Amino acid sequence: MTQAVLHPILGLELAYWQETTIRVLLGLVALLLLTGGAVYLYLFKFVSFMQSRLGPMEAGPYGSMQLLAEVGKWLQKEDIFTEDSDKFIFGIAPAVVLASTFLMFVVIPAGPNAVVADLGTGIYFVLAMSSLSVIGILMAGWASANKYALMGALRAGGQLIAYELPLILAVVGVVISAGSLNLQDIVAAQSDGAIFGWTGIGNPYILTQIVGFTIFLIAVQAELTQTPFDMPIAESELVAGYQVEYTGIRFLVYFIAEFATAVAFAAVASTLFLGGWQLPGAWGISDGAMNAIGPIMISTKAVLLVGVVFWVRFSLPRFREDQLQKLAWKVLIPLALANIVVTGVMKVVF
Amino acid sequence: MNSAALIIAEVVPLVTPETTFDVPANVVFAVQAVVMIFAAIRVVTTKNIVHAALWLVVVLGGVGLNYILLQAEFVAVTQFLVYLGAVIVLFLFGVMLTRAPLGVSDDLDNNQKKIGIGVGVALLAVLSYALIESFGRSELTFAAYEGVAGPNTNGRTQAVSDAIFGQYLIPFEMLSLLLLAALIGAIVLARRD
Repeated sequence: MTQAVLHPILGLELAYWQETTIRVLLGLVALLLLTGGAVYLYLFKFVSFMQSRLGPMEAGPYGSMQLLAEVGKWLQKEDIFTEDSDKFIFGIAPAVVLASTFLMFVVIPAGPNAVVADLGTGIYFVLAMSSLSVIGILMAGWASANKYALMGALRAGGQLIAYELPLILAVVGVVISAGSLNLQDIVAAQSDGAIFGWTGIGNPYILTQIVGFTIFLIAVQAELTQTPFDMPIAESELVAGYQVEYTGIRFLVYFIAEFATAVAFAAVASTLFLGGWQLPGAWGISDGAMNAIGPIMISTKAVLLVGVVFWVRFSLPRFREDQLQKLAWKVLIPLALANIVVTGVMKVVF
Repeated sequence: MNSAALIIAEVVPLVTPETTFDVPANVVFAVQAVVMIFAAIRVVTTKNIVHAALWLVVVLGGVGLNYILLQAEFVAVTQFLVYLGAVIVLFLFGVMLTRAPLGVSDDLDNNQKKIGIGVGVALLAVLSYALIESFGRSELTFAAYEGVAGPNTNGRTQAVSDAIFGQYLIPFEMLSLLLLAALIGAIVLARRD
């Protein structure tokens, strides 16, 4: 039998299922708040300022309620299924993509206890769950009964498979350095580390794993199908790729999944390379207080990294399909493999 | 106290072992087994090739769930990453790239049905015999890993890695060589010159 344990944050006695429900709900709220915040901050305002315009200004102060207005608009729209489409698969494809995104958040820690599930497989679980979204995209493209949608889905499939490899291989360097797949252990290894004996800020892996960090960010850009890697939804070639037949709430689900995945990958990157929820140097703050400070730390780091993704997205033009594949297979994967070898040698030598 | 009670008191240990009959795990296994069998039948009976691949997603996902029930977390995540994230995606990719009509297609059957059934039944018999012979009387203790590494599940992952890179290092390396050979073979076959 699972016994009631004293909840470390709330100080209440909670059964296992109650605690799990609270963790999942808090995780969902945090995910949607961060996603909405990132969309407003970057997709509405950041890009507007880059293009010398104001962006949305009408709904709420400085247009801050614009996202709610957009969601309301999408919810009202008719949910259209085309005549020839495979209705069931067309209908559940967005749910598969969204589920893949939500599952990524399960193991990302935001504090000593503020995590939905502290799994031993940690980062491996994140990468496995993120790879499931391709199934949803292929389902959507095929079931739409639209050749542009099918071409978009095939492009997405080829691209996501190609960039999953550098993504995983870039992470291996961090895993070797930390000696664990568990994200809490990786955070602890960074905050307990030392730079040539100096323990002031620990040893965030962006210093020793800068190659892995760069490869990870490039691969994330491609996994998110953001410009310059947005061939699957290239509007000038494929109208909107695999999303072309979607309207209303199902399109909204794709929209949420896209930006929630951006937040998830940014949170993973900040956990792996920037020290996660821990402050630079532990400062001797108690675990209870860190459960409140940690979420703020990791949210800040993650939102800044999402900013990098959008900065690149709005700065660079789209690659060609062959350039995309060449970059993954001929540059990123060999570089990531070399990084693993060097990291392994350094780990043994020091 | 008579002699019979004395004997029982000697045989039965003082602390009764904790029951290993984990109700939620067994309920989940029953549901998952039924769903997997249904999905496996649909893989071979459905009239649409993409639907067959998607039913296979349910079967392989069920296998992953099974590993979780057996507390083999690392193996389960590997199952999701390799089979769902890569193998099924390549199936779907290949099928959609060549020929994947929507709706019903009637030419998915061929004349090897009977051989297929025979091989399937033979495989079932051999695997059942092997499993019952080796594990027929052993029970899974669901409390086996508790207290290994505190609140998280690091212990299980470490156990898998210790086994692979300790006891089974040579088979593991041989498998890597086999996969490498297959990889090079695929490149040789695909090259035009």
